Amino acid sequence: MASVRPAVPVNIPSTPITTPRDSNATLSMRMTISKVNFFYGSKQSLFDINMGIATNKITALIGPSGCGKSTLLRTLNRMHETISNARLEGEILLDGQNILKQDVTAHRRRVGMVFQRPNPFPKSIFDNVAYGLRINGSKVPIAEAVENSLRHAALWDEVKDHLHKSAYELSGGQQQRLCIARALAVDPEVLLLDEPCSALDPISTAKIEELLIQLKDLCTLVIVTHNMQQAARVSDFTAFLLIGQLIEFSPTPQLFTTPGDPRTEAYITGRFG
Amino acid sequence: MNRRLRWRKFVSNVMLTLTGVCAAVSVSALILILGYLVVRGGASINWNFFTKLPAPVGEIGGGMANAIVGSGKLLLIATLIGVPIGFLGAIYLAEFSGHRMAFIVRYSADLLNGVPSIVIGIFAYSVAVLPFKQFSTLAGGFALGLMMIPITLRSTEEFLRSVPNTLREGAMALGASKWKTIATVIVPAAYRGILTAILLAFARVAGETAPLIFTALGNSFWSPGWTQPTASLPVTIYNYALSPYEDWHRQAWAGGLVLLGLILIINIVARGILARGISVSRS
Repeated sequence: MASVRPAVPVNIPSTPITTPRDSNATLSMRMTISKVNFFYGSKQSLFDINMGIATNKITALIGPSGCGKSTLLRTLNRMHETISNARLEGEILLDGQNILKQDVTAHRRRVGMVFQRPNPFPKSIFDNVAYGLRINGSKVPIAEAVENSLRHAALWDEVKDHLHKSAYELSGGQQQRLCIARALAVDPEVLLLDEPCSALDPISTAKIEELLIQLKDLCTLVIVTHNMQQAARVSDFTAFLLIGQLIEFSPTPQLFTTPGDPRTEAYITGRFG
Repeated sequence: MNRRLRWRKFVSNVMLTLTGVCAAVSVSALILILGYLVVRGGASINWNFFTKLPAPVGEIGGGMANAIVGSGKLLLIATLIGVPIGFLGAIYLAEFSGHRMAFIVRYSADLLNGVPSIVIGIFAYSVAVLPFKQFSTLAGGFALGLMMIPITLRSTEEFLRSVPNTLREGAMALGASKWKTIATVIVPAAYRGILTAILLAFARVAGETAPLIFTALGNSFWSPGWTQPTASLPVTIYNYALSPYEDWHRQAWAGGLVLLGLILIINIVARGILARGISVSRS
C-alpha cells in the first residue's frame, strides 16, 4: 500500500498567503502574523508563516501531528516563552500592535487559551471562573461576571446550584466548558483553543462545538484540531499546515471542497496524516 | 524433568521462607522496642512527670516538665528557621529548575541531609555558642533548624513537582505572573503534601540528641527566656540513662515513651493529611 502514499513535496509557497484565498477583501483582521519563523533550539518548526485572523470568526488550524499547528497557536499568546530554548522571529500584530513588545501578562489577558485536557484549578467552580478577575484586580462585580461567563459557556444551568463545589466533581466535558468560562471571564479579544475536544466524548464535543459558534459574537476564535470534520463543522477559515509551513489558507467550505494545493487535497481525503 | 520441577519448588519455598523470616525479624525489632518502652516507661509515667522539675539525687519522684517545655521551645525555633528556608528554597528548585544554580542547591541539600547530626552540632557550637560564650535555647534551635532545612526542602520540592504542568499553563494563560501562579495555584494545589513534609521534618528532629549536647547543653531547672542553657527530652534521657541511679533510669524510660508518643502522633497526623488525597487530579 506504500505506493498509494504520495510523496509530499516540500517547498515554501511562492507568494505569502496573508488573507484567506478568495475571501471578502473587506474582512477585518484581529491579528496578523507576518514572516514568523520559530525555533526550538536549533530545530526550526515554523517557516515564514503569514496569515491573518479575522475578527469575530473562527479560524481553524489543521495538519498532521508535528506540523506546527499547536506551536503557531501558542505563539499567539506567547505561551511559547515558557519553554527556555524557544525562539520566535517575525511579527505578530494584535489590533495593529506588535504583541512581542507588549507586557506579556497584559497580552495574555487579551488573548485567552483553552488547553487540550481540561485543567481546572483545584478550587471551587466559582473560584475557578473568578480566578482571572481576582489576579488582575478587576473592579467589576465578581459574582455577576462569573454568572455571565458561565452562561456564555453554556454551563450556568448545570452548576448554578453548586458553585462552591470542587471543579473536579464535574464531568470532563463540563470541566472543559468551565475552562472556557474561566478564559471568557477576563473578557479576552481572542480565544485560542488547542484541540479542546480531543479528550472528550462525542456528546461533550458536540456541545462545545455548538458553544464555539455562539462565542463568535463575543470574541475571535482560533482552534487547533486534528479532526478535519470538526474544522469543517465549526470554522469560517481553515489553514492547512505541513511540516512547519502554511500550505493553504482558505474559507473553510472552499478548502474542503476545492482545495487549491495537491497536498491539501491529499490530506483532507485521508491519503496521509 | 520431574526432579527438576521439585527442585525448583524447593528453592522457591526456601527463598520465600527466608524473606518471611527477615520481614518478621525487622518487625519484631520494632515491636520489641515499643513493648519494652511501654512496659518500662509506662510504669514510671505519672502526672508529676509532666508537671514537676527533676528531683535532686537521692530524692524519689520529680518529673521532666522543664525538658518537655525546653523541647517545645527548641522545636519552635527550629521550625521558624527550617520551614521558611526549606519551603522557599523548594519553590525555587521546583519552579526555576534546570538552572545551574538549582543543581547546586539540590546537591547541597542532599549533602546537608547526609551530614551526621553530631557534625551539625559541632558547627552550631562554633557559630552560635562560642562567639557568645553561652549555651542557649537559640543555639540548640539553630542546630535543629539546620537539620530541618534539607528535609523540608527536598520533600516539599517533590510535592510541588507533582502538580501537573497544565495547571501552571492554565494560570499563566490567564495573565498570571510566575509568582502569582505559584502563590495562587501551585502551592494551594500541593498544600497537603507540603504540610506533611513539614510535619515529618519536625518529627525527624524532635528526637535528635547529638546536636543539642553542646548547644542547648541541658538544665536541671527551668530555662527562662531564650539565651540560657535548656533541658530537652532527648538530652535528659541521655543523661538519666547514663546515671547510676535506679530512679533516674525509670524517668529515662518514661521520657523515651513520651518522645516516641509525640513522634508517633505527628506521623499519624501527617499520614492522615496525605491520605485525604492530593487535591489535584492526575488524569
